[in-house]
Amino acid sequence: MLGKLDWSAIPFDQPIPLIAGAVVLVAILGVLAWVVVKGHLPYLWREWITSVDHKRIGVMYVLLASVMLLRGGSDAIMMRIQQAVAYQSQGYLPPEHYNQIFSAHGTIMIFFVAMPFVIGLMNLIVPLQLGVRDVAFPTLNSVGFWLTATGALLVNVSLVVGEFARTGWLAFPPLSQLSYSPGVGVDYYAWSLQISGVGTLVAGINLVTTVLKLRTRGMNYLRMPMFCWTTLASNLLIVAAFPILTATLAMLLLDRYLGFHFFTNEAGGNVMMFMNLIWAWGHPEVYILVLPAFGIFSEVVSTFSGKALFGYRSMVLATMAICVISFMVWLHHFFTMGAGPNVNAIFGIASMIIAVPTGVKIYNWLFTMYGGRIRFATPMLWAVGFMVTFIIGGLTGVLVAVPPADFMLHNSMFLVAHFHNVIIGGVLFGAFAGFEYWFPKAFGFRLDERWGKAAFWFTFLGFYVTFIPLYAAGMLGMTRRLQHYDVAAWRPWMLVAAAGMAVLTIGVICQIMQLVVSIRNREALRDRTGDPWDGRSLEWATSSPPPVFNFAFHPDVRGEDAYWDMKIRAQQQLLGHDLPEYHDIDMPRNSPTGFVCAFFATIMGFALIWHIWWMVILGGLGAFATFVAFAWRDHDEYVIPAAEVARIDRANIEERRNLVSMAGAV
Amino acid sequence: MLRPAHCARLALAVQEPFSGDRVCCRSFLALGSVRGFPTAIGPPMNLLDPQGPVAAANSTILVDSVFIMLVIVVPTIIAILAFAFWFRASNPKARFQPGFVYSGRVEMVVWAIPALTVILLGGVAWIGSHQLDPAAPVPGTGSPVRIQAVSLDWKWLFIYPDQRIATVNALTVPAGAELNFQLTSSSVMNTFFIPQLGSMIYTMNGMVTRLNLRADNEGKLQGLSAHFSGDGFPDMMFDVNVISPLAFPDWVANTAKTDAVLNEESYTKLMQQGVERGRPVYRLADPRLFDLIATQHIPPGPGPEFTSGAGRPHSGGHDAR
Repeated sequence: MLGKLDWSAIPFDQPIPLIAGAVVLVAILGVLAWVVVKGHLPYLWREWITSVDHKRIGVMYVLLASVMLLRGGSDAIMMRIQQAVAYQSQGYLPPEHYNQIFSAHGTIMIFFVAMPFVIGLMNLIVPLQLGVRDVAFPTLNSVGFWLTATGALLVNVSLVVGEFARTGWLAFPPLSQLSYSPGVGVDYYAWSLQISGVGTLVAGINLVTTVLKLRTRGMNYLRMPMFCWTTLASNLLIVAAFPILTATLAMLLLDRYLGFHFFTNEAGGNVMMFMNLIWAWGHPEVYILVLPAFGIFSEVVSTFSGKALFGYRSMVLATMAICVISFMVWLHHFFTMGAGPNVNAIFGIASMIIAVPTGVKIYNWLFTMYGGRIRFATPMLWAVGFMVTFIIGGLTGVLVAVPPADFMLHNSMFLVAHFHNVIIGGVLFGAFAGFEYWFPKAFGFRLDERWGKAAFWFTFLGFYVTFIPLYAAGMLGMTRRLQHYDVAAWRPWMLVAAAGMAVLTIGVICQIMQLVVSIRNREALRDRTGDPWDGRSLEWATSSPPPVFNFAFHPDVRGEDAYWDMKIRAQQQLLGHDLPEYHDIDMPRNSPTGFVCAFFATIMGFALIWHIWWMVILGGLGAFATFVAFAWRDHDEYVIPAAEVARIDRANIEERRNLVSMAGAV
Repeated sequence: MLRPAHCARLALAVQEPFSGDRVCCRSFLALGSVRGFPTAIGPPMNLLDPQGPVAAANSTILVDSVFIMLVIVVPTIIAILAFAFWFRASNPKARFQPGFVYSGRVEMVVWAIPALTVILLGGVAWIGSHQLDPAAPVPGTGSPVRIQAVSLDWKWLFIYPDQRIATVNALTVPAGAELNFQLTSSSVMNTFFIPQLGSMIYTMNGMVTRLNLRADNEGKLQGLSAHFSGDGFPDMMFDVNVISPLAFPDWVANTAKTDAVLNEESYTKLMQQGVERGRPVYRLADPRLFDLIATQHIPPGPGPEFTSGAGRPHSGGHDAR
């Protein structure tokens, strides 16, 4: 009836996951109860859960990423403590638990923190920057988000029901094969990534189509903001790379479920084929993450320097170069497999070549600051912190791209330090910069600057105190994923890294405090202009938060930095020319398709993990039926009458005009 | 949660207690100083303190590459901080140049700097990859020593086919001789790595990788697995004893006196999952044993026993300490 599932799946003997699970469960139930008692449920259902508005979906993506950041972060804290105490002892985590934690940490941080964070920001901002009313496929967008949430949910369920993979975040066979990992851990891993991978793929298709097909009048390719370019590049990579991940995991699942031999030791399976395939996805993946961050920094540096981006065309070229070359370097993840020197040298050099466009980007940001008038608001702090940190990560990255150096550093703590250097220093700093920068646009009030700056400094310093010691440990031969060790030379570095983790934690607490304080002071922090940073691109041309239709009129773009242009023209022509004529606007209707589909996907995923076949069929049929019902619906749009559009837009213009005249009076 | 079957296997794994070997290892290591970290005790693994030509070449390339890049990186970081500071909005002396958004000359320089750096480093990578190909010979004095390394769950087996002996978790080699390694795995992937001798390499079931090394100085080194392989992975550390070439034949002769014989049967017993705390040695019954493993005539090692339907298997990775 319930497949492999029985009471022994609950780890009653392990207090840590049980207590953690119980706390989370209580928190979820508490929030749910509060929502129901306060009567917010209909609002949530109507305005958020079934919403197909790209802004709402973007916000939900970022919310999911933030919650999962706390989960992945607690894994990190546990790992740092374990390695600090497990010198000549077992520490406090037995191997089967520790191995799950580092596997879950990697999986969560990449798939359920970094990915949803950047996809959320792209969703929120790209249509606004392009001057359009929504993404190309609004309902699909909702489906994509909810499938990602399904994956995150399944990973968290594994905390208390069964186990998570103990194989590392890429689940290399043969360790991840049934013979060496007979538990459900790898199945949790693979199915949650399969389901969320579908979500990511549709998000990618959606954003590529949006950028290519939905641009406002005059917004030709070389007038798009840099963030739209990096979004395009990143999503092209998603569309090209994620099917590889899906196929690879499908083959692994066939091995595990149906006795196939793609990656087994026996019967002609080849484990190195998995290595090649997973990195053929995995290397583009790091650029999928970091390219949008580059875009965010381009926007931030230009806005806060009060200058257009230096060398815009050069930046476009660099972005697309990274997009293409990132597909040609995957082998540098396993120079040590014993391939010939020609293979290693060619992939090593190809990997270094990526450093060229990346270096160009750094210099272009540098020269954007040159001659600027730099305001050090929180987003700009993150940007400067990123530039310094990322260069160091780039240096160590090029270093491990030199095969003979990699022969010493592969899989070491040095490598761990390197990729955290670029992922934290690049992607996470970028996500935080984007969060601070666009928060006023999404919610209509700014974030508290004092807490924001405190969060930056603690995170910035905490990063160095945590990861410089890992570089040092790597130079002392320490390899990654050690549950305990007897080498005295490593110990001091592990202790320092644990202290650094504490500083990082303070940074995260500051970030939470910032949110709390800002929400409490939201009236004082209210942004009535829609343009709190003196921005340059079109997202600042509309109110904060934008109306559901974003723009009453499709903006007319006449150059780069479209909104900056408009502001200058408005100054010259005086604000408020003749009142425009408003038209009805068609907007897509909200739809529960995404949520219902994800509900069935969750059931199906859980049932597949536990071999509950009737439930698999039920979930599959349910998801399919949802799609059929959606495909058959007659009315997929509703009309916002011109009068309503006029009312909203006039109120917005009125408010801005008042502010301008007040400023003029002063 | 310890299950009976699991306990039994654990007992098997630790039946050989800590030998004098380990004590002697400690006292030796207290003498060994780690460059740059003089207070450190324990097995030296400092990558910047190479004990053989391969590691020396690796670490030279490592250090050179870092310096080549620092030449670019340090000025860039200084420029970032300097520009950010000087062009702050509150500095009235800084000239605001909103029109400075393109300069062909600057563009050429910013593409040229990283490109030239990469061309230089690319040369280093190309030459280094060829000279330091793991399979390339590393000439040494005396006749080369052939060693066949097999990663087991979770210990290292070193077979000396020419000497007809085998050791577990302890590799003894003569100083100055070329060491020809052939490597494979009994089950999951591992990486063979002796940090101070250089160049790690994967071990994979059904495949053989090649690695040539040389140890130049007598003494004790530490080796490890550098690819996660399951619960007992942290205990896959192994001793490397570099002894004088004159003492090597004696060591071989002494080792060969053991009663334990490594053949298909005892190998199959050895490859069961478990941690090995001692340093057992064997006489090698069949010098073709490695080929039998690598060609899968001996099937791959089994995984953990699947003791419950609950999806939470227990393997022998627990440490008994």
